[in-house]
Amino acid sequence: MHEVSVLVGGKAGDGINSAGAMVAQLLNHRGYYTYLYFDYPSLIRGGHNFAVIRGAEKPVACCKKSVDFILALNQETLEQHKKAFRPDTAVIFNKDLVKGTGQGVPVHEILTAEHAPEIMGNSALIGGFAKTAGIGWETVEAVFKAHIPKGTDLNLRVARRAYDQLSTVQPVARRESPALPLLTGNEAIGLGMINGGLDVYLSYPMTPSSSLLHFLAEQKEKFGIMVVHPENEIAVILMGLGAAYAGKRAAVGTSGGGFCLMTEGLSLAGMAELPIVLLVSQRTGPSTGLPTFTGQTDLQFVLHAGQGEYPRLIIAPGNAEEALYWSAVAMNIAWKFQIPAFILADKTVSEGTYSVELSRVPEVRRQEPGMWDGSQPYRRYADTPSGISPLAFPGMKDAVVKVDSYAHDEAGITTEDADLVERMTKKRLRKWEGLKAEMNQYPQVRLYGKQDAPVALFCWGSTQGVCTETADQLGLRVVCPVILSPFPAEQLKKALAGVEHLIAVEENATGQLATLARLHGIEIHDKILWFDGRPFMPEDLLEKVAAVLS
Amino acid sequence: MTGRQLITDTQNTWCPGCGNFSIEHTLKNILSAMEQDGKSLDDVVLVTGIGCHAKIADYLNINTFYALHGRTIPAATGIKLANPGLTVICCSGDGDSYAEGLDHLIFAAKRNVDITVIIHNNRVYGLTTGQYTPTSPLGFRGKSTPLGTVEYPFNPLELMLACGATYIARGYTKKMDLLRSLVLDGIAHKGFAFIDVLQICATFFPLADYYTPRVYELKDHDRTSFDAACTKVREWDYNNDSPIALGTFYEKNLPAFDTRMAVRAMNEHDRSHAMQELLLSRT
Repeated sequence: MHEVSVLVGGKAGDGINSAGAMVAQLLNHRGYYTYLYFDYPSLIRGGHNFAVIRGAEKPVACCKKSVDFILALNQETLEQHKKAFRPDTAVIFNKDLVKGTGQGVPVHEILTAEHAPEIMGNSALIGGFAKTAGIGWETVEAVFKAHIPKGTDLNLRVARRAYDQLSTVQPVARRESPALPLLTGNEAIGLGMINGGLDVYLSYPMTPSSSLLHFLAEQKEKFGIMVVHPENEIAVILMGLGAAYAGKRAAVGTSGGGFCLMTEGLSLAGMAELPIVLLVSQRTGPSTGLPTFTGQTDLQFVLHAGQGEYPRLIIAPGNAEEALYWSAVAMNIAWKFQIPAFILADKTVSEGTYSVELSRVPEVRRQEPGMWDGSQPYRRYADTPSGISPLAFPGMKDAVVKVDSYAHDEAGITTEDADLVERMTKKRLRKWEGLKAEMNQYPQVRLYGKQDAPVALFCWGSTQGVCTETADQLGLRVVCPVILSPFPAEQLKKALAGVEHLIAVEENATGQLATLARLHGIEIHDKILWFDGRPFMPEDLLEKVAAVLS
Repeated sequence: MTGRQLITDTQNTWCPGCGNFSIEHTLKNILSAMEQDGKSLDDVVLVTGIGCHAKIADYLNINTFYALHGRTIPAATGIKLANPGLTVICCSGDGDSYAEGLDHLIFAAKRNVDITVIIHNNRVYGLTTGQYTPTSPLGFRGKSTPLGTVEYPFNPLELMLACGATYIARGYTKKMDLLRSLVLDGIAHKGFAFIDVLQICATFFPLADYYTPRVYELKDHDRTSFDAACTKVREWDYNNDSPIALGTFYEKNLPAFDTRMAVRAMNEHDRSHAMQELLLSRT
């Protein structure tokens, strides 16, 4: 596989993420599938930030340790990433700030010559990178025009000066593939929610979910959605449930700590049968943990959060394409079954940028839930064979719509009657059966690698990419459930047929998927766990899998 | 639905003499009048928290959202944002909105959400059988404070004034005519209407003999003056034995949150076009 990796490093506030995004677009326009990982500490200015961009001939969803190019905006980049260097790594650096070997860009001199503001310094480095990588000027021009709408010409002149001064040392071969949309996982989740009919998004900022709040707030007029940032996560979910009661499709977003506050609202959604979609994007816990780093430590929490028993859907997309597809599905399923539906992501998926090939993403449109036909007096919790009661919303003629957090009768009036409590509990839980059958229509379990191999890596969410690469190298199978609740036992058992050695790979310290699978009679032979807040790198995983197999 | 029976068949479990009956009766009369004026009750929603007050959700035969303790107001805000055409009334308790959900009360005032919040302020937790609340007087002996509380109550009207509430009133369950006019005013007010109702808890804090001789109706009070409102709301601080003013202390017109947040509805075709455009811009 021909591929290319680029590391862009600098201090917080240097615009590393946007510089990385420009590099990703250059590789995208060079015909590569790209993936961008952004690593930053929890501060505004001064710490070390870096982005790693990987381009490949096949879809990618992880980064390698060693890189082909390093763009250094500060000295620390060269010092902190010594392990990323290979003898042939091409280094492009800001000559004013960095002492290094490679190609220095006289950023200050270029900016002075063009009377350009300091903020355009990164354009010089990007121009320098393009030349070093042998990327044609027309590609640089196209990318700048598309992605730097303000001051395009001046930015291009700055880039051109660096482009002309540097030489091509590490040419990146051109591929005849069209450029694809690049989306972060959170953007894909937002667009998926919109495809599923999102009316209102509510969120209290919390990394790594915040970028979805920012994205939808920016796009709200374009898509006709309401975006609300309430006083805390308790208000977030309660407002969402209020909106759902009034007939609007609501979604909320948070991370572990904020989700702790949402759990009473979640349980209310279970009891009152109010549909809601929740993005829970995991970061390293417990508690405040590592706010800007990744982890897969909240699966068991999300599975069990909220008092009482009620059905829930949990989807763990592993990349932006899956996020786009499944977020729309989540919206429709939440409304069809009047249940909470989770998108369980993590920092890697939420903030990683991926190439999205739309032909691989099945189209999902908003589906309407079963509505009250008006022929009988309305009962919000009418007991039906499926357990799903027809919906009506306040404002509809002659419907008295009563929802209740207490145990209630079919009309939504509080009851403590033993028989009724039992019957209504059964009614709510009956929705599990329909939900299981419904989800069985979907590809709940993904298979990658050598699909008949007797050794399989068992993973969920963002580790799917790194597991697939490792499996491809070692000739292993990858089994990855995308749906975690209801547990897709049937599809999983099919996917695991012929597996003699099952290795769970998770970014947590206890093996939460392994625990869940064991409950369903799936034997896990080994666990490879990683929990330092950084995503698995293919080199590390390869070593660990080899150790387990030897 | 017209001519509907406004009270459900649910058995009423409030104690005899409970002030909640007065509030229920007030709302029933208002709903009935609304209907006579040609307003459809299909467009009215009542949101409650958890506590004795909240049973009103089971008793009134209208759209209701029987929410969680303290979470009356965010649920109501979501409903109003989703459908600004609805008349949204919150019945909430002092434990509900002054303790567990105080943050939401403050923010609803700050945002000027167009809802009417009626606080059934009996100054005691009734349903959990008698503990102090944020408005219980200093020294209140409840089950959690058998030797008496060691904290002063706060003054919810003063708090609401500081938070930007645009309609602030106080009623009393033994002054039914006034209560009715305050709730009507609150509903008519385009913005956040806050009505603290001194409600008798017949079992755990029967204060009728305390309130009745002290209450008086505000007269010659300029409800548009913030300073006048400040002075008046501070006259009785929920702890001293001053005269207790009833009526509307403050009213101001400001754009409501739901009006400011309104978005242009978009059909599926336009959304799909916007989606194509956005994806293209990311290429």
